[in-house]
Amino acid sequence: MFGKLSGSAIPFDQPIPLIAGAIVILLGLGVIAWVIAKGWFPYLWKEWITSVDHKHIGIMYCLLGLLMLVRGFIDAIMMRVQQAVAFHGGGYLPPEHYDQVFSAHGTIMILFGAMPLIIGIMNFVVPLQLGVRDVAFPTLNSVSFWLTATGALLVNVSLLVGEFARTGWLPYPPLSELRYSPGVGVDYYLWAVQISGIGTLLTGINFVTTILKMRAPGMTYMRMPMFCWTSLASCLLILAAFPVLTATLAMLTLDRYLGFHFFTNEAGGNAMMFVNLIWAWGHPEVYILVLPAFGIYSEVISTFSGKPLFGYRSMVAATLFICIVSFCVWLHHFFTMGAGGDVNAVFGIATSIIAVGTGVKIYNWLFTMYRGRIRFATPMLWSLGFMTTFITGGVTGVLLAVPPADFLLHNSMFLVAHFHHVIVGGVVFAVLAAIAYWWPKAFGFRLQEGWGHAAFWFALAGFYVTFMPMYVVGILGMTRRLQHYDMAEWRPWILISAVGVVVLICGVICQVVQLAVSIARRNELRDTTGDPWDGRTLEWAVSSPPPVFNFAVLPKVKDAEYYWEVKQRARETERLGREPSYEPVEMPRNSPTGFVCAFFATIIGFALIWHIWWLMIVGLVGAYATFVVFAWRDVPEYVIPADEVARVDRANRAARQEALAAGAAA
Amino acid sequence: MSSADATIPIADPYRLGHRGPNLARGHGGGGPASKRVIVGYGFWLFLLSDIVIFACLFATYAVLANATAGGPRAKDIFELDRVAWETACLLASSFFCGLATIAVARRNQILTQAALIATGLTGLAFIVLEASEFAALHAQGYGPTRSAFLTGFFTLVGCHGVHVTAGLLWLGTMMAQFFAKGFRPDIGRRFLCFSMFWHFLDVVWVAIFSLVYLVGTRL
Repeated sequence: MFGKLSGSAIPFDQPIPLIAGAIVILLGLGVIAWVIAKGWFPYLWKEWITSVDHKHIGIMYCLLGLLMLVRGFIDAIMMRVQQAVAFHGGGYLPPEHYDQVFSAHGTIMILFGAMPLIIGIMNFVVPLQLGVRDVAFPTLNSVSFWLTATGALLVNVSLLVGEFARTGWLPYPPLSELRYSPGVGVDYYLWAVQISGIGTLLTGINFVTTILKMRAPGMTYMRMPMFCWTSLASCLLILAAFPVLTATLAMLTLDRYLGFHFFTNEAGGNAMMFVNLIWAWGHPEVYILVLPAFGIYSEVISTFSGKPLFGYRSMVAATLFICIVSFCVWLHHFFTMGAGGDVNAVFGIATSIIAVGTGVKIYNWLFTMYRGRIRFATPMLWSLGFMTTFITGGVTGVLLAVPPADFLLHNSMFLVAHFHHVIVGGVVFAVLAAIAYWWPKAFGFRLQEGWGHAAFWFALAGFYVTFMPMYVVGILGMTRRLQHYDMAEWRPWILISAVGVVVLICGVICQVVQLAVSIARRNELRDTTGDPWDGRTLEWAVSSPPPVFNFAVLPKVKDAEYYWEVKQRARETERLGREPSYEPVEMPRNSPTGFVCAFFATIIGFALIWHIWWLMIVGLVGAYATFVVFAWRDVPEYVIPADEVARVDRANRAARQEALAAGAAA
Repeated sequence: MSSADATIPIADPYRLGHRGPNLARGHGGGGPASKRVIVGYGFWLFLLSDIVIFACLFATYAVLANATAGGPRAKDIFELDRVAWETACLLASSFFCGLATIAVARRNQILTQAALIATGLTGLAFIVLEASEFAALHAQGYGPTRSAFLTGFFTLVGCHGVHVTAGLLWLGTMMAQFFAKGFRPDIGRRFLCFSMFWHFLDVVWVAIFSLVYLVGTRL
C-alpha cells in the first residue's frame, strides 16, 4: 500500500534532523495559521499563488531562493563546525549524516538557491527592460515556478521522511547505483532535481521567446540593455544544457528503478559516461548562473557611475562567446579520467580561453567606472566586491585548468575554495546587488543603506577569512568532503575558516535586519518617482511598484539608453513629454494551473521516491486533468479600460513632474 | 489580438512580415510578434530541447552499442521487415496530420476529425508494432537488463515510443477541443504545435531507423 514508506522512515534516533524538521514544520504551520487568522489567504491566493504576472512570479522565485540560501547556509555552518571539531575524532555528525549534509548543501545552493534567485530577477526585470507587458507564456511561467518549488519541497521533505543522497551534489555512479546506495536518498535527489529541472527548461523556452519575439517597438538587438543580453545567453544555455540533465538523470533513474545498465559496473555499463554527460550540463550550468550575474553588474556599475556601459558591443560579443565556449570545456572537471594528454590539452586550452571573455568584461566595467561620478550605494559595493573576488577566483580557475596542476589539486579543498570564490563572489554578490538595486522598483521603497553596507563588509571579510585558508589546506593535500582528519598542520587553517563562518553569519544577520528595518521604515524610504537611482533603462520609466500592465503605452524606442535620453530632454525643458493617448490593455487572467500542476508533481515525485505506484497514477491522471481543464477555459484575458490605464499613468507623471520641478529649483 | 488572429490563413499566414515592412513584427525593431508566431516559436524551442534529449540517447547508444556483455548483438535481433512497416505507419500518420492541417485551415470539422482519426490509427499501429517487437525481445530474455547495448537500445527507441504515445493522448484531446470549441484561434495555435510535434517524431524516427536499425544490421 505505501511502498517502501513506513514509520521507520522518520529518523527518531537522530536528534538533529528531527529537531530541525520539527522547527521547520512549526514555522510553516505558524506562518499558515497567521495568514489564515489575518484573513490574508484570499489575497495570497488571488494576487500571488495563482498570479501569472511576471513581477509577482519573480518575487516569489526570489523568496524561495532566499529561503533555500539560508537552508544551504545552515548546512555550510554544520560542515565547518564538524571539520573544526573532528580533528582526531568523529565530531558531532556521524559520517552517513555528514555525507547527506554536504550533498544537500551543494544541491540546494546551486539548484534551489542560486537558480531561483537568478531566474526570479530575470522574471522581474527582463519584460520591464524590454518595454513589454509580460513574458511570452505567462501561465507556463507560473508552472515553471511551482515546479521549482516542488523540487525544493521534496529536498526538504527528505530531512524528516527518509534521507537525502550521500553521494555529493552530483550523484556519480557506481556509488549512486542501487547496489551502493540502496536507500531513498538518491531517489529524492533524482526526482527533486528532475522536476525542478523541467521547470527551469520551461523558463528557458519562455525567456528566449520573450527576448527574441516580444521587444517593444524600436528595441533592436543592439538597443537591448546588457541584462537582457546576458539573460538571453543564459536561457539559450538552459535550452541546450538542461535537456542533457533530464536525459542523464532519467538514465540513472532507469538503472536504479528498472535494473538498466547505463552506468553500472556489470553488463557493459559505463560509469564515466555519466560523468561526461552530467558535466556537459554542469559546466554550462555555471554560466547559466554567472552570465545574468554579469548583466546585473553591468546595469549597476553603469547606473552608479553615471555613464553608459563602456564597450557595449564587445560586452555582447564576450557574452555570446562565453555562451558558446562554455560547451567546450566540460572535461576539465575530470582531467584525471585518463582521456590522454591530447584531449586534456584541448580542454585545458579551451578553459583558459574562456577566461578571456570574462577578462573583456572586467575591463569594460573598469572603463565604465573610469572618470565616472561613482556613488557607493549598496549595489555598487557588492559590484566592487565582486570584481576583486571574481578575479582571484578566476585566476585560481585558470590554474586548475592546467592539467598537470589539476592532477595535484583535483578534488582538493583548493578546488572547493576556487568554485566558492567564483560562485559566491560572482553569483551571490550579484543577487544581493540586484535585490538592493531593484527592491525599490518591486516594492516602492528603498532598502536602508547602513545595514546594507554592514552586510556587505561582513560578508566580504567573512568570505575571505572562510575561503582563503581552504586554498592553503588544499595545497597541503586536504581532499574535500572529509568527515574527520588527523593532520595537525591542517588544523589551524580549518579553525580560521570556522572563524570566517562566524563573520559570515554576522553578514547574514545584517542582511536580514536590513530587510526588517527597511520594511518597518518604508514610509521614510518611499520611492515616489519610480526612478530612485537615476537609472538608464526602461524599468525606471514606470512607477514603483509598476502597475500590473507595466507600460500604459508601449514605449517606441529610438536609441540605446532611450529612457536616459528622454529623461535628459525632460530635465532640459523642465517638463515631461506629451501625454500619450491611452487605450484599453489586454492582460492574461490569473490561473491556478501552475499551483495545481505542482501539487500533482509533488505527489508523483513522492510516490516514485517511495515506490507507491497507485499514488503515482493518481498524480499523473490529476496532472493530465489539470491540462485539460486549462485547455478548456474560454476567456484567457481580461481588459483594463483606458480610463484606468490613464489614471495610473497620470499619477506617475504627476509625481515625476513634481520631482522635475524640485530638481530645477535646487 | 484575437480578432487579428482570426484572419490567419489568408496572406502571410505566419506573420513573417514578408508582405511589406508594415507587417514586420517580432524581429528587429518591429515590436512584439503576433501570438501565433510567439506560440509557434516557443514550441520550436521546445522541440529543439527535445532533440537535445534524443541526441544524448543517441550518443549513449553509440557508446554502449558494442557492450553486449555476451548477449545478442544488433544484427542478431533486429527484424527489418517489422521496422519497415513501423516506418510506413508513422510516415502515413504524418501525411494524415498534414491533411488535417489543410482541413483546419478550411475550417472543415468533418474532414478535420477524419484526418485526425486516421493520424491516430496509423500512430497506434506504429505503437502496437513497436510493442510487439519489445515483447518478443523480452520473451527471448533480451530485455533492457540483459546488457548495456540493450539498455541503450530500449531507452532510445522506447523514448520515441513514449513520445508517440503522449502524442496520441494529445491528439485525442485536440480532437475533443475542435469538436467542443470549434476552430478558435487559440486551439488553432495548439494544433500548429501538435502538428510540429508529430512531424518532429518522424524526423527522430528516420534517425533511429537509419542509425540504429540499418547500421545495426550491417555491423
